[in-house]
Amino acid sequence: MQNLIDFISFSDPNVRYVVLGNVLLAASAAMVGAFILLQKKALVGDAVSHAVLPGVCAAFLFSGSKNTALMLIGAFVSGWLALITIDYIAAKSKIKKDAAIGLVLSVFFGTGMVMMTYIQQSGNAAQSGLDHFIFGNAATLVGADLVVFSILAAVLLLAVGVFFKAFALVAFDKPYAEALGYPVRRLDLLLTSLTVLAVVTGITAVGVVLMAAMLVTPAAAARYWTDNIRRMVGIAVAFGVFAGLSGAYISYVAPAMPTGPWMVVVSSAIAFFSFFFAPRKGIVPRMYMQRKNQRVIVEENTLKMFYHLGERNSHFDGMRSLDELASTREVNKALLKTALRRLVAKGLLASRDGQWALTDAGHQKAMRVVRLHRLWELYLTKYMDIASDHVHDDAETIEHILTPELERELEHQLGYPDKDPHDTEIPK
Amino acid sequence: MIAFWIILTGALVAITCGLLGCFLILRKMSMVGDAISHAVLPGIVIAFLLSGSRETLPMLLGAGATGMLATFLIEYFHRRANLQTDAAIGVTFTFLFAVGIILISVFAGKVDLDQDCVLYGEIAYVPIDLWVMDGGIILGPRPVYILSAMLLVVILFIKVGYKELKLTSFDPAFASALGISTALWHYLLMAAVSLTTVSSFESVGAILVIAFLIGPPATAYLLTHDLKHMLAITAVLGIFIAFAGYWMAYWLNASIAGCMAVVTGICFASVFVAQRIAKRKSSPAMPGEAIG
Repeated sequence: MQNLIDFISFSDPNVRYVVLGNVLLAASAAMVGAFILLQKKALVGDAVSHAVLPGVCAAFLFSGSKNTALMLIGAFVSGWLALITIDYIAAKSKIKKDAAIGLVLSVFFGTGMVMMTYIQQSGNAAQSGLDHFIFGNAATLVGADLVVFSILAAVLLLAVGVFFKAFALVAFDKPYAEALGYPVRRLDLLLTSLTVLAVVTGITAVGVVLMAAMLVTPAAAARYWTDNIRRMVGIAVAFGVFAGLSGAYISYVAPAMPTGPWMVVVSSAIAFFSFFFAPRKGIVPRMYMQRKNQRVIVEENTLKMFYHLGERNSHFDGMRSLDELASTREVNKALLKTALRRLVAKGLLASRDGQWALTDAGHQKAMRVVRLHRLWELYLTKYMDIASDHVHDDAETIEHILTPELERELEHQLGYPDKDPHDTEIPK
Repeated sequence: MIAFWIILTGALVAITCGLLGCFLILRKMSMVGDAISHAVLPGIVIAFLLSGSRETLPMLLGAGATGMLATFLIEYFHRRANLQTDAAIGVTFTFLFAVGIILISVFAGKVDLDQDCVLYGEIAYVPIDLWVMDGGIILGPRPVYILSAMLLVVILFIKVGYKELKLTSFDPAFASALGISTALWHYLLMAAVSLTTVSSFESVGAILVIAFLIGPPATAYLLTHDLKHMLAITAVLGIFIAFAGYWMAYWLNASIAGCMAVVTGICFASVFVAQRIAKRKSSPAMPGEAIG
């Protein structure tokens, strides 16, 4: 507990730098990442973070020292070139974006490796630790880095804030944005530059591979909680900030623990949780919804069996046995039994001595399903010109979905009909 | 002799990776190789902790297992959670890589490993890694044997499953209609990529594996529409790159893996530019160009 209080109170200046640095970094990466993700370029972060190597080496060769500002500029330039190349290859040949990303990533990094060997042979003493620039170490953040991070975060925030609407439009519907007169190419270029900026800033702190994660993972998680892009960006930033704080806290409590990887593990945990449990889009809620829909369909189909048997001998509330019911349509008897049990529990059926009959409520419901089925069949034959022997299957699915409003609209359009295309009566 | 072994190793890796890479490109799954080569890190660390040595077999098993786990997670999130493929790849491999680094820091005292040595194998050391028999007979570099075996397995795999691989890559719906399991062939291909990646990057480094997986097939893809031709061009290109890359490294006295990656890039760029020029000449000022 004392740890947590110390951590939150920022009593240690080192903690302050690391925490603020991480948070700024994670927030700006997640913000840009949301747009990158929507453009289906999630792996671009990985490409940029590898592609900076030749730029860093060139800056070092040029200055002969580890001048942070120059190396950042070098990194920015080569990362930017890599992204432009990827877009160019993907646009001008049949090579897809993912292959272009992998190709550019490996060739740029290979070029960097060649330059690196050259630097090592040059015998310049300052070269030691050059690779740390690329593999990163968040625990060594100092005040000067924080200033750089803050400036970059401010630039990113400002740019995204100003161009929010345009970015959102381009991410969702490029042709539409073009038609509206937005300068799509320039906006793409701007977003590319912002991505490179975010990645380049982050690399020194968390390293090549993990920077790619800080860009994609919070955004991918956020996508599961909302369809609104403003909210999505907000949630992504919140996830990123939380991951940044947790990473810093874990390595504060256990100094042997690296900050960057823990940031990634925490944001991955959030993402995995979202993939499984986010309402509506997660795996578990979707499975639950599917089950529920299936159950509704089986139940409604069972009610229809009673109605059809009733039509046969115009005796709608007679008692029916399991075999009698099963004779009306192909059905799994075990499934039918559970459906019958559930319908009894809902008060739609009454059961006695292993036989079942519709209650009044059950009769109403069965009638409605049959009615929707026949209305839809009629609609298809009348307005779609589909032969009457081809409409059954379609009606069989739609009958479970139609709402009362649509039902009224159908009736109205069809002129309140009495008979369906097979000349059977439509129940009222 | 050293040059011979290095070029042979490079060519073996280039052909093995390239052949599989052709199918990855057609399935728009090129980045899976990149993902696997990073995702194997925790498997290698765990294998090291369990076996207590850096012997090849436990490492291969550990790496292969996490490689497969990565491909499974990617496919699972993509299929079941409707996550777009690129995001599924990005989230999965960075997560596994981070877990690997954390494992290394936790067991720092016991593990003589770091991320560099796992990811940046150096092809220049191949001729030193000799396979010596009990009687002292030297049979040549060990990686050459492992990689040759791998190449044979991959060629056999493609030979036996050519029709299935082709159909599931080009027209999954048609393949399913014929009763070919797309999931089965997906996982078989991924297992092959996993094993190849793992057995290759130990000797040539992850970056060169990615370059070989994507570069030659992408270049071949520009040149032909025929899958058989694409596979053949890829293999020839792989051999050329191994030679030219070694020659360039020798000439510049630079990283061999780096030079081979650069040559891969040059090959692709020359074909790409040549095609652009040819296209521009054949259709001057096409109005569609500006929009393209």
